[in-house]
Amino acid sequence: MEVTGMDRIYESLVEIAGEEHVSNREEELYIYSQDPGLMEPHRPDYVVMPKTTEEVQKIVQLANKEKISIVPVGGSLSLSGLVIPCRGGIALDLKRMDRVLEVNEKSRYVVVEGGITQGKLKAYLERHHPSLRHSIPDAPPSATVAGNIVIHGQGRLSQQYGFNSSMVTGLEVVLPTGEICKIGSCSVSPFWFSLEPLPHLAGLFFGWFGATGIITKLGLRLYPKKKLRDIEVFVVEDPNLVPDVIHRVTHTEMAEDIFVGAQPYPLIFKDIIMIGICITGDAEDELEFKRKMIWDALHTYIDSKEGGFMMLTPNIKHELLELPTSSTTRFADVVKGGGFEYCGPIIPVEKFPEAFKKLLEISSKYGITYGHAGRVIGRCHCMMFSFGYPFNRADPDNIERTRKALHESNVASLDIGGVPWKPEVHAQKMIMDKMDKNTLELIKRIKKLLDPNGIMNPGNWEVE
Amino acid sequence: MYKLELEFDERLCVTCPTYYCLVKCQYMNIDKETAKAEMRKLINGEDSFVLRECVTCYACEEYCKRGNHPFYLITDLQEKKGILPMPKPLVTQWVNIGVPGRKDVQQFWDAKEPVISICLFPEYIDSIQGKLFENVSVILGRYFFCQLAYLHFGKPSLIRERLPGIIENIARHGFKEVIFFHDECYSTFASYAPAYGIKVPFRPVHLFEYLYNKLKEHEDEIKPLNTKVAYQRNCSSRLAPKKEHFVDEIFSLIGAERVTREYDRDNALCCGGIIRGLQKYELFADVQKRNVEDMVNAGAEYCVFNCPACFSSLSEAVAKKGIKPIMMHDLCKLALGEKAAGWK
Repeated sequence: MEVTGMDRIYESLVEIAGEEHVSNREEELYIYSQDPGLMEPHRPDYVVMPKTTEEVQKIVQLANKEKISIVPVGGSLSLSGLVIPCRGGIALDLKRMDRVLEVNEKSRYVVVEGGITQGKLKAYLERHHPSLRHSIPDAPPSATVAGNIVIHGQGRLSQQYGFNSSMVTGLEVVLPTGEICKIGSCSVSPFWFSLEPLPHLAGLFFGWFGATGIITKLGLRLYPKKKLRDIEVFVVEDPNLVPDVIHRVTHTEMAEDIFVGAQPYPLIFKDIIMIGICITGDAEDELEFKRKMIWDALHTYIDSKEGGFMMLTPNIKHELLELPTSSTTRFADVVKGGGFEYCGPIIPVEKFPEAFKKLLEISSKYGITYGHAGRVIGRCHCMMFSFGYPFNRADPDNIERTRKALHESNVASLDIGGVPWKPEVHAQKMIMDKMDKNTLELIKRIKKLLDPNGIMNPGNWEVE
Repeated sequence: MYKLELEFDERLCVTCPTYYCLVKCQYMNIDKETAKAEMRKLINGEDSFVLRECVTCYACEEYCKRGNHPFYLITDLQEKKGILPMPKPLVTQWVNIGVPGRKDVQQFWDAKEPVISICLFPEYIDSIQGKLFENVSVILGRYFFCQLAYLHFGKPSLIRERLPGIIENIARHGFKEVIFFHDECYSTFASYAPAYGIKVPFRPVHLFEYLYNKLKEHEDEIKPLNTKVAYQRNCSSRLAPKKEHFVDEIFSLIGAERVTREYDRDNALCCGGIIRGLQKYELFADVQKRNVEDMVNAGAEYCVFNCPACFSSLSEAVAKKGIKPIMMHDLCKLALGEKAAGWK
């Protein structure tokens, strides 16, 4: 019997990763053809789950030889279809590479493999290093740490320390041409303490969604885990007040995390905007001092009755302080249709009122409900603003209206001066249409240089 | 159908020898002469600092021994003059909280007396179990929400707007008596509604009265707790002071010693929840601190709550000081050898 090209690739993958870690069965290809969002599914031809960097390297070399695409897969939770293999090929699932390799308590960093999940890292630190924590995003625990980094994710420490990708201290990457490359101090030292002071090569991999290489190891900053954690929720009705509230609270430098929420259902949230402010401390006195500073910072709005701190029951507090917040999914699916999708541009905080107005307009125009969640990044340096829309998976018309609303939200994001975050392929094109031409040319050259055969997660950041 | 106007007797007030309504206020320092002058302003519908500084603790309703309604007068005037005790967004939020949603059930046709309303506290449904609640039907949700909380929000007219519909809905079930889990519901039907001429076609039963009677039925099964307890009064208990004797009688039945302390009975302090909601953080912190220290100094092992909202706002603070927070009905269950489900 003649061995076809496809069978040859399958056999090669089996040789690299072992039979039990390779599949071309329909049921598995189906799973890797989609994410929970609204993007059109597309099946890969193979799924492979390597265990080591060397196996990843061999798979990349194979893909180059066979000119077949590779899509690195983490938790598949971006909702914007970033790991949907739009041109088929190999779905390279990193989740077997999930070890914690090193924790440096004194220098506060961890080195992990590229497929470790947020949940596993959190559990490991809680068990073995209870005084340390990482910046956990409000994604399900099955989201991977590296996946969050390559999309420029944010987490519970982003208000204090910036995007989660700013917390990376080192990388090991398999380049699209198969070389294994170290980035940061680990390239010249046994310590993974910093990307600086070397030329900043990590940017070649962040925000690229795997189109420039596969992260197989990464170093990540850890932060002091305080003994106590509490939350205050400041509420206003007028969206125009939100930027100043955030500005005042960030000025105190007393908050851990600052997030924003607004949605019409359940009715307890209707017509108000909530600004969640987390505080931490090692002692009650520290917590109270921080709380008082934050209350004092907002006294103008309290005195004018335009804003105030919510009365929180212990149950609500518990939910809001969870890491990650499990209620996020409950509130996302408030219409009980099983679907939720959002466009979450990064915007200047001062643009919140404009973005919020657009969100209400779009939701009203398409007759769908909305759920807004935002997170402050840095000391009011910018924020993620989500145009979120729950939808009914069983209602094609509702799905279509949600798609249109998402498209319009991307347009609005760019119009107000923001940049769509983890944009789907279509939104990437919208960004590139608006991008400075020389920047675009640079992206094109870098991509061509690193990935001459165009095999890495094709469709993403492809300059026409 | 109802006149919905406060039955306030001005003569009772102007001839009052004490003006305890304001003089005994724990949150404003007012002497008798000032109290007299300010009450005169309030009666005349004029502005007064009382309208702005009132923390809406309800206590003046109890301090007035003449059965007049100083607190209702204050809250009506706050609304009339647009003086919001709470920030606007919190008012909006609470106005919306009372609107029935798709999960709210309007009729519980299967409910048979004895019936207990747990209002907007569905989380307590698991605790309405055991010998004390055998054969009791539970009703709950926004169609049974008493609305009295709007006294804290400068929106008393909303109570009068919504309450007749709530009463009508309950009456439609044909209940002769309804036990109210939340003291505030009981006080709505026993105090607020009559004060505004709203007829209540069923007998509201205070939870403590019900618990006392059930404990008497099971008296031979009670194992005395032999413990010291502090009792946290809630704001609406000020509207039904005649039911307060059940607290001591229940404690006596179950072998709980109510510790002697400064902030109890007439002199009880607010749990602090509403004061925090009024954004008076320093006062809130001070009130909670004094209250909890008082419990600690008196040697209380438990802090017993009447109201779930007080439990929410004060339980963490007492627990941090080593005192066990517990709802009254759960304490009673302990005395019958049952578990206190409220400790989730």
